[in-house]
Amino acid sequence: MLTPAELEALRLSLQVALTAVAISLPLAVLAAWLLARHDFPGKTLFDALVHLPLVMPPVVIGYFLLLLFGTKGPIGGWLYETLGLRLIFTRWGAALAAAVMSFPLMVRAIRLALEAVDRGLEAAARTLGASRLDVFVSVTLPLMLPGIVSGCIVAFAAGLGDFGATITFVGNVQGETQTLSLAIYSLTQTPDGDAAALRLVLISLALALVALFVSERLAHRVRQFIGRG
Amino acid sequence: MSPVPQRLQIRARKRLGSFDFDCDIDVPLTGLTALFGASGAGKSTLINLVAGLHRPDDGRVAIGTTVFCDRAAGIDLPVEKRQLGVVFQDARLFPHLTARQNLMYGFKRAGERARSPRATLDAVVQLLGLSALLDQRPHTLSGGEKQRVALGRALLAQPRLLLMDEPLASLDAARKAEVLPYIERLRDEYDVPILYVSHSLDEVLRLATTLVLIDHGRVVAAGPLAEVLGLPAARPFVGGGEAGALLFAAVQSHDERYALSTLACDGFTLRVPHLDAAIGTRLRVRIPAREVALALACPSDVSISNRIEGVIETCDAPASPSSPSPASGGGGGVSQRASGAPPERRAPASARLLEGWGQGSRQSAYAEVRVRVGPSTVLSATVTRESAERLALAPGLRVWCLVKSVALDAGALAVARGSVATPVALRQPANDERLRVDDWTR
Repeated sequence: MLTPAELEALRLSLQVALTAVAISLPLAVLAAWLLARHDFPGKTLFDALVHLPLVMPPVVIGYFLLLLFGTKGPIGGWLYETLGLRLIFTRWGAALAAAVMSFPLMVRAIRLALEAVDRGLEAAARTLGASRLDVFVSVTLPLMLPGIVSGCIVAFAAGLGDFGATITFVGNVQGETQTLSLAIYSLTQTPDGDAAALRLVLISLALALVALFVSERLAHRVRQFIGRG
Repeated sequence: MSPVPQRLQIRARKRLGSFDFDCDIDVPLTGLTALFGASGAGKSTLINLVAGLHRPDDGRVAIGTTVFCDRAAGIDLPVEKRQLGVVFQDARLFPHLTARQNLMYGFKRAGERARSPRATLDAVVQLLGLSALLDQRPHTLSGGEKQRVALGRALLAQPRLLLMDEPLASLDAARKAEVLPYIERLRDEYDVPILYVSHSLDEVLRLATTLVLIDHGRVVAAGPLAEVLGLPAARPFVGGGEAGALLFAAVQSHDERYALSTLACDGFTLRVPHLDAAIGTRLRVRIPAREVALALACPSDVSISNRIEGVIETCDAPASPSSPSPASGGGGGVSQRASGAPPERRAPASARLLEGWGQGSRQSAYAEVRVRVGPSTVLSATVTRESAERLALAPGLRVWCLVKSVALDAGALAVARGSVATPVALRQPANDERLRVDDWTR
């Protein structure tokens, strides 16, 4: 049904998007928590920084990533020298690009959910002998689960579809960084690639529909879990 | 019961916006201590200070030898280390947990104290009637059921003190009636002192053993229930300027023929309209001062059947009426005042007229007479100053208090289940330095 090349692009896209979600989730929870619950100097700057990928052209984000995470960049250089990890032109780099691009969307969803958590419940938990960390794990986190789930889904979808930052940062290497979006782009650039491009478009569409369906089911289950269904 | 009850000592100041909270409380922690006052008086602030949800700007909070907070000494025990159980007005059950998991939330975190628990899950489920609810989620429970689970959850945390912040305030009358008996059982069957915030006099009369009156962030009076209720300072709290006495009684017998019940009080009996309560049931009876008439000899030719002998302790005419009625146009006539008074006022029309008249002449028409009728019972009687002078009422005089049975309907009686603490002998309020009557004579 699918050609090996299509299968590869599909698998790579899923891998990149899922890795991106896994990377950004803990950081997004932390960022959302800082933004929703704390006042600190430079909070506005931090907020702006988190939202930067949302308001800047993706190509510019890709360029920044290239500067920071390239093998000669301050972070990328260090990673390459100490861990032997090269991000540029690899699927890890693609995942990083997708993570950065989808990060603000994830933070927003989680932050909204966190702000909706009743502080009174947290106070009640503390009076019952739970430490702050215990309260966060046993009360706050479960109650913001709907936001976490929707944040992950939005981030997954955004990561799946990223083009500009990915192609700028990690290029368009078939089998390594050529996700569905990049493959479609490549095919539209080839003289008679239209039919193949259409097939990939349909695959993307099917993937989006499946993701939407799964997210609906998941959200329903989560709402039931926290007793709001 | 431990032989020497621990004392709750709070001496704290806290500023919340324009609200200035400054209180000084030192009460023994036995039974149920009610914090009573109007909304916004600072009752919840007090609870939050004890729970550690608020930190005082200055001061100290301690239970027995355990210091919760002492700003001067730099001590501030974290909320979770205070070993309290808090029941909030909105039950605050965790929506993602079942009733059983909610109940066990504090128990699981009680550490050492849960090894030999004073309250076990089975006992609490039994006490609060929760067995059918255990596997339900909070959103499927009614308000009353939620509050019962919240009570159990707090109790299972093995607290040294239970804090209840208006636990019945958000329930309708039927739900209230459903939850109240459980609070009584909890009070009577567990040796856990309770600090209970309420703005409902009914709840306080029914539940409290100790009463703390709070107004505008200040403690007005604190002490045993009957004693505090008898104080002039308590009058604005009781509503409508109504003074009264609280008696502790037990049902002695029923008279089927006349549908009357006899209550045994502190050395005398009261005849009241038939009570649907078993013989021996403990009661609290509130006798409003305006329902008590005085006689110098025991009259036999009156319809009033409750004639209680006693000795006058005090007899004063208050300098100004305790609750001013709204003035409608200067020092107008009697009829004008009567029509100007709002219809929801509790005092009967005649009393309103007299009160208005008294105000116009800058002196009350009334005298307040306190009569000791038993070793630990003082009745209050409101009579006109004219009657007081005619009868030459004065401290030391032997009088008969006349109370119509009809006045003691169900509203005056609160059935208290189980054991009710014996009221301690009344002290002279002047000995109590925590009492600040002057706050109330504005």
